[in-house]
Amino acid sequence: MVQTFKHQSEYKVIGSRPVRHDGFDKVTGRAIYGGDIKLPGLIWGALTRSPHAHAKIKSIDTRAAEKIEGVLAIITSKDMPETEDKMVDLGEGDENPRWTSNKLMAQQKVLYKGHPVAAVAAVNRYIAEHAATKIKVEYEVLEAHNDVDSALRKDAAIILESLEGDDLGEKIHNTNLAKHEKYEFGDVDKAFTNATYIEENTYTMQMVHQGYIEPHNATAFWDEEDRVKIWTSTQGAFTARTALSNLLQLDVSRIKVTPCEIGGGFGGKIPVYLEPIAALLSKKTGRPVKMMMERTAVFETTGPTPGGKVWVKIGADKEGKLIVAESKIWFEAGCNPGSMIEPAAQCIYAPYDIQNTRIDTYDVIVNKPKVAPYRAPGSPQVAYAMESAVNDLCEKAGWDPLEFRMSNASDKDTRRGDGVKFSVIGTKEVIKATKNSKHWNSDLGPAEKGKVRGRGISHGYWFNIGLKSSVNLNVNKDGTVTLIEGSTDIGGSRASISMQAAEVLGIPAEDVRPSVVDTDSVGYTDVTGGSRTTYATGFAAWEAANNLIVEMKKRVALYFDRNHKDINFESGVFSVEPDIENEKPERNITFKEIAEKIDDDDLGGPVNSVGSVDLESAGDGFGMHIADVEVDLATGKTDVIRYTAVQDVGKAIHPSYVEGQMQGGAAQGIGWALNEEYFMQDEGGMVNSSFLDYRMPTSLDLPKIETVLVEVPTPLHPYGVRGVGEVPICPPLAAVGNALKDALGIRFSDLPMNPAKIIKAIGN
Amino acid sequence: MHPFNYVAPLTVKEAIDILEKHGDRARPLAGGTDLLVQARGNKWDLDAVVDVKKIPEAMQLDVSNNGLTIGAGVPCYQIYDHEKIKSDYPGIVDGAFIIGGIQIQSRAAIGGNLCNAAPSGDAICPLIVYGATANIAGPSGNRDVSVEDFCVGPGKTVLKNGELLVSISVPDPPSGFGAAYERFIPRNEMDIAVAAVAVSVTLDNSGTNFESVRIALASVGPTPIFATKASNSLQGKPINERSISEAATIAKDESSPISDMRGTIEHRKQLIEVITKRMINKAIKRARG
Amino acid sequence: MANTNIHITTTINEQPYEFLAPSYMSLLDALREIVGLTGTKEGCLDGNCGACTVNVDGRIVDSCLVLAAEIDGCKVETVEGMASSEGLHPLQKAFLEEAALQCGICTPGFLVAAKGLLDNEPNPSEHRIRHWLAGNLCRCTGYDKIVKAVQKVSSEG
Repeated sequence: MVQTFKHQSEYKVIGSRPVRHDGFDKVTGRAIYGGDIKLPGLIWGALTRSPHAHAKIKSIDTRAAEKIEGVLAIITSKDMPETEDKMVDLGEGDENPRWTSNKLMAQQKVLYKGHPVAAVAAVNRYIAEHAATKIKVEYEVLEAHNDVDSALRKDAAIILESLEGDDLGEKIHNTNLAKHEKYEFGDVDKAFTNATYIEENTYTMQMVHQGYIEPHNATAFWDEEDRVKIWTSTQGAFTARTALSNLLQLDVSRIKVTPCEIGGGFGGKIPVYLEPIAALLSKKTGRPVKMMMERTAVFETTGPTPGGKVWVKIGADKEGKLIVAESKIWFEAGCNPGSMIEPAAQCIYAPYDIQNTRIDTYDVIVNKPKVAPYRAPGSPQVAYAMESAVNDLCEKAGWDPLEFRMSNASDKDTRRGDGVKFSVIGTKEVIKATKNSKHWNSDLGPAEKGKVRGRGISHGYWFNIGLKSSVNLNVNKDGTVTLIEGSTDIGGSRASISMQAAEVLGIPAEDVRPSVVDTDSVGYTDVTGGSRTTYATGFAAWEAANNLIVEMKKRVALYFDRNHKDINFESGVFSVEPDIENEKPERNITFKEIAEKIDDDDLGGPVNSVGSVDLESAGDGFGMHIADVEVDLATGKTDVIRYTAVQDVGKAIHPSYVEGQMQGGAAQGIGWALNEEYFMQDEGGMVNSSFLDYRMPTSLDLPKIETVLVEVPTPLHPYGVRGVGEVPICPPLAAVGNALKDALGIRFSDLPMNPAKIIKAIGN
Repeated sequence: MHPFNYVAPLTVKEAIDILEKHGDRARPLAGGTDLLVQARGNKWDLDAVVDVKKIPEAMQLDVSNNGLTIGAGVPCYQIYDHEKIKSDYPGIVDGAFIIGGIQIQSRAAIGGNLCNAAPSGDAICPLIVYGATANIAGPSGNRDVSVEDFCVGPGKTVLKNGELLVSISVPDPPSGFGAAYERFIPRNEMDIAVAAVAVSVTLDNSGTNFESVRIALASVGPTPIFATKASNSLQGKPINERSISEAATIAKDESSPISDMRGTIEHRKQLIEVITKRMINKAIKRARG
Repeated sequence: MANTNIHITTTINEQPYEFLAPSYMSLLDALREIVGLTGTKEGCLDGNCGACTVNVDGRIVDSCLVLAAEIDGCKVETVEGMASSEGLHPLQKAFLEEAALQCGICTPGFLVAAKGLLDNEPNPSEHRIRHWLAGNLCRCTGYDKIVKAVQKVSSEG
């Protein structure tokens, strides 16, 4: 039975905007990110990478590299421990360690451009990187498959020979199809015959990268007792520990992962890449080894979210009721199985109440890096398809796209495309807020000469996750509380978690002092991802704070010489009614005062508490964005001239950082919509693997992104928090696409909707 | 990256000696914004980089009645922050102002951009339409080469072993002269030209006819292209929409772009036509003051 | 292996420094590995993200594209030099108050770049701020709050 909460309307700490606890360190350059770690005797590692996307390794010659002065060790896949063939849960996706090991250090074949084939340790980074270029590898180049159509061809080269595919439960071999799943409710075929208006289209998209500014890094030390210490910029120290345990074949207790400050992740820093390599180089040299990934490799070998194609067919009756939807989703998994087909299926129809639905999903192996979670993994791609189709359907039937979305909106108990029914959700409130927004009620304004303008809207949805978190609280003599947590702080979560504890304790946010600690120093905590941190670790902090109050009441009772059951606590003050019978007066004492007494007097020793949660569900998040674009008809250039993000955030703990999530997600989505893509050469391999050619938005490419926070608290959380980080990347693709349709009358169904494609379409 | 030595000679002669000694295992260092990236990307195995920024001739920036002299190591910001250059050579400023971001412009040199010989080099087409000359010093003496002849292929120049680009001379613009440069990029900054056009016009005394015109195109061939046919087509022609459109069409035909990650043939051709028109008009506007 | 160490005498954040650096070492690595100032961050090593922005003799540069050897005799300012004994620089304060950072990896570069702007142009327009900062990538914020923080300092003058 899931615990549910009723919420108060007013809070003291929650909803305020204190300076984040780690802020001073981060604006002064003092904060220690993974790349900043220094240890006595530190040496550096570097990788030799494949220039080919698919090739057999015929030989590896390390002799020239070994001779370079300063080179201390070289490893290849032969040095990687034998790993088990089983699936391991890593929070936002499962991985098979055997395939993961092969992904990190190629065995017989390279499967993507940049695939590591050897690693060097040397006295400094320059020598390590130089030596890595001197390792000679002989390849036999094989046909590379860049996309799902190519990989699913009957005569396609098999990328992962040991793969046993699953086609609707049937085992298949010699295939690049890892999985085909189906979800079906109602009577889809019959419903289409009853539909008055039907819209059908196929949407295609390329892989895109998370684009965090900090490259992957790892520092490792393997000691004489086979204990391994890792310092790294990871989204999840504990999941990194699990992954390393599987890859290195060591018990988790032998591995200590210290999560350093992290320079962005967006999902891409959940998997390990350099950590096991650095550990093995350390084992071989007896020295701590540091590795820093070059930007090209960040693009070519880590991260991306799947490209692929999405076919959608939807039907409505003549009154404007969306009665049926069918879709097929093919995603590129990269070199190992595990694209985000399940979340895609969960998200595609979520904003709508549709009785008859069918979804087929296909997880396809291609010669590209194995995908990693990226902000609502799988959802933006399907939102692009569904939200474009909904707009085109409305246009066909002459319906207002906002009113249509309102009259077909999902609500409590609506069944999602994968069968799950919603708890309390804010779809309708979000649409209403969009309708009432300043942006929606203002004109587009006149375009410059030679340019045209358009406006588009789109829904976005992410289910958010709960999972496991631990928090410890310790009371200090000065009335402050230290908060020990295991959630990497990527964007202000120390603040949002501390604020939830502070609210319970009735003390200011500043008086809770958070620390993110290593895996030996706090209980198990899942990744900072899935928009779960403020929700789940915040929940654990709330629980720990409540447990702390229980403990504090006992001490107050000792101090007042009263029964702890009679002690009340409100707004930071402990009080007790007078006990007339025993002639004991009314007493009260603040949190701060009793903290000092506990330290001085004999009141039972230090006070601390624990919060530990394992949350099955989380509050679903919906958002709607409005995009205004201006297109230069002569050059095809699109400028986003106004943008508004509306979102149900449940309850905004620290509104500034909630707005920040909404703005940042929108910015990433705008980049995805207009310019970002993995540009592949025919023979395989990404060619635009630099910030220069990947073209992420700069400050000059974005307008001010307006935000509207809608608060429909989820009953699943003590303060009603819904995850907010992922929803905002879902709507921009279709919002921009729909705006382009409005401006040009042309539907762009292939991402990115860049100037070359726009010119081509206008010309036709 | 092959580990290299750093040398900072004080004279042109010294620099030439070092460059000659090392052959293709040494490169001159101006702003370093291309060189260091390429060295790191193992484009070359260098034994030495030769910093030209301590050589007075390579750091001169001189505007007089004889024209403008830009030392090969002078960074972009010194060009666009220079009041006299801004007023008298706005087309050169157009290029200097868009190379990289502000940080890059603190270092990247016009001369370095020319020697890097990228088809997209934003400094090069403006120099071509201003009729600039590259002043080269080498083991067998000095020579001058017109900028339009300087680049011979992607990353390749006329510089021979031991030769150094010392400076660039831009002639004093005659009366009735105006020039402009613009590139198309999908973003608004920090990008490589998908296609770009520089145009200079010299108008006759009446201000209604072209006396002479120079048009140069970037990112649509193996080097920046001096579009002679398009340029010549306007010589002596009256200024009107038709003559300008015709020149733009000819420029489009003179371009020979490829399709790659930065753009398609079709899009680049269209851009050349559009930007040529826009730049001719902008150059006319500037010529008329 | 050519490995000439260059003797460098420089001023960093108003402190004199003297050190040896390999001839091929970048200013970024010299600051981080030799001088021990790790506030300046590595993002791309090709001048496209601005995370390694420092100020050399009054101009902002990408320190990944400067050789340590080139700063002999120069004055270098990094993020570590922005706060004084009187407290944070107004830009640092504004970044905190406006929540202009999320992960914070780009923040040192943005702060040094923004200071470079305001030192010379105390009242830039929003467009000028966005143009000046285009060499600094941020993937978390969408830039909105960064621009606001810079505007806040410029209007306080």
